[in-house]
Amino acid sequence: MITYLIRRLFISIVVVIGISIVTFLLLNYAQGPPGRVVLGLRASPAAVNAWNLAHGFDSPLWVQYWHYIINALRGNFGRSYKLDQSVAALIGEVAGRSALLSGAALFFSLLFAIPLGIFQGTKRNTVPDYVLTTGAFVTYSMPTFLLGLLLIEFLALDLGWLPSEASTSQSFIGVIKDWPSMILPVATLTAVSVAAYSRYMRSSTLDVLAQDYINIARAKGLSQRLILTRHLLRNACLPIVTLVGLSIPFLLAGNLVTEVVFNYNGIGYLFDQSLSNYDYPVLIAYTLIGGVLTVAGNFIADVSLAVADPRIRLT
Amino acid sequence: MSIRPPLLEEIIVASEPASMAEGGEVGPIQSGWKLTARSFAQNKLAVVGVGVIVFAILFCFVGPLLYHSNQLFPTPYFNRPPGGGDPLGTDNSGFDELGRIMLGGQAALEVGFFSAVIASVIGTLTGTISALIGGWVDAVIMRIVDVLLSIPILFVVLILATTITPTVISLSILIGLFSWLAPARLVRGEVLTLRTRDFVSAARVMGASRWRLSIRHLIPNALGVVIVNVTFQVADAIILLATLGFLGWGLHYPNVSWGDMLNNGTVYAEDGYWWQIYPVGLSLVMVVMAWNFVGDAARDAVEVRLQSR
Repeated sequence: MITYLIRRLFISIVVVIGISIVTFLLLNYAQGPPGRVVLGLRASPAAVNAWNLAHGFDSPLWVQYWHYIINALRGNFGRSYKLDQSVAALIGEVAGRSALLSGAALFFSLLFAIPLGIFQGTKRNTVPDYVLTTGAFVTYSMPTFLLGLLLIEFLALDLGWLPSEASTSQSFIGVIKDWPSMILPVATLTAVSVAAYSRYMRSSTLDVLAQDYINIARAKGLSQRLILTRHLLRNACLPIVTLVGLSIPFLLAGNLVTEVVFNYNGIGYLFDQSLSNYDYPVLIAYTLIGGVLTVAGNFIADVSLAVADPRIRLT
Repeated sequence: MSIRPPLLEEIIVASEPASMAEGGEVGPIQSGWKLTARSFAQNKLAVVGVGVIVFAILFCFVGPLLYHSNQLFPTPYFNRPPGGGDPLGTDNSGFDELGRIMLGGQAALEVGFFSAVIASVIGTLTGTISALIGGWVDAVIMRIVDVLLSIPILFVVLILATTITPTVISLSILIGLFSWLAPARLVRGEVLTLRTRDFVSAARVMGASRWRLSIRHLIPNALGVVIVNVTFQVADAIILLATLGFLGWGLHYPNVSWGDMLNNGTVYAEDGYWWQIYPVGLSLVMVVMAWNFVGDAARDAVEVRLQSR
């Protein structure tokens, strides 16, 4: 178990270093030395050069990378020259709101996907299974923004049941209090994940149902309900743990699009604004954070799997 | 790689053990590809999917020859509802919607196809190299794959899209360059298992070089998983292109992507200009779904082939 943990941790660290190299190169390629951006178009080339020199942007690439990584480890992700604020402060301001949206969506997608998948697995190839499968395919084939647009069009504009924009409250509590306006954004983000998660859950249920211990439980005369809750649920949920870890990049991407569609002031919205501003330090910082979050998510998923399932530790 | 988690279908086991009749009657030997094709054709959704794709290709590429609309110079009629001269109305600049859907569909299919080809070629090569050479080369390539899989692809593509002039070719390359990870992993896995099979050992004993082994024996047999991946990749690339367009980083005039059109349409959503959203949205979902259906059936069909060999 310990060796497994150490090996897994080592790989994670290597991957995080790789991510930092990729994002650093991306920043270097997209922005270049930031003197021109800082001083504006009217500054003389000499002044721009002097600025770059003074701030160490003439040193070799690996020296610059070293500064970049040391600063990032200290929580300093550089400065947004366009907004003249530190990137960490900009992101920190809105991170909670994004976490709220993504967290709620993840919670609800698991809440719906797990029972749906088990239901489909046990009722395989029946009419409800086909209906749900078709539903999953339609949702899955729809870009997140289109799903959001359609929900706005139907439920907000045509029927007027729900607000078409997300909460504009700046505080965490304010957003929660304004929950009706969060229904559509959370629903959009949830629907996309439910489509994928329920498919996994269905196939995982089918796998477990074919196992001997389920037959034994049946032979003992346990009720279907007991078999499902005691024997099937836990085992069938194991692959979902890995899947949630793996799907963090997709959650972040979905989060970005959803925030833009519903004008929800979170990190995704900030990212979208920074794109129009060509504000690369912000863009790169979020990409780096997203990558690290993914690695951390995968690591936690693997470790919890190893804790839950002794078979994994042996390999 | 898409901006979505991949769908996983259960492996469909070949339902009937192929005529292992007791009489010792031996049916005609069928090639693996024939079995694959037959299994594919039995899947109704896949046949529907192929139908939709063929229709979409005809609609987008042959359609403009039959239905003329000026997509270079807009008409003076802005936001005109369907019926008044244009079957699907006009958009907010006065372009005919039906013709514009065809134009956007061309871009979607082209980017989908080109990026899938780019991703498959890079993925097949790196996957094969990784599996065949092994050792530290394999470790390095797989760590690179891990790194790129951990970074949200949408972010990287958006950041790079701000630095280039978006054309069908440049966006295809951009999407393709970040989509080879899944095929690389799949091909690596395939080659690793194929390597231990008898026909490969036989070829090696006969003195086949590594190069010949890959080209003649390993890659052709790993092609099944690559083809399956191509179909999903086309679907993913179409979604990614639409998302880029929706966020304002899509194609430039005179080209247009479905995402750009939907972005325009949302400006007037509150005025009830439904014809600027529903027809485009429907086209997008239909085409993506068709590719997903085909991919799904292709995967099952390839599984059948793998089972029977």
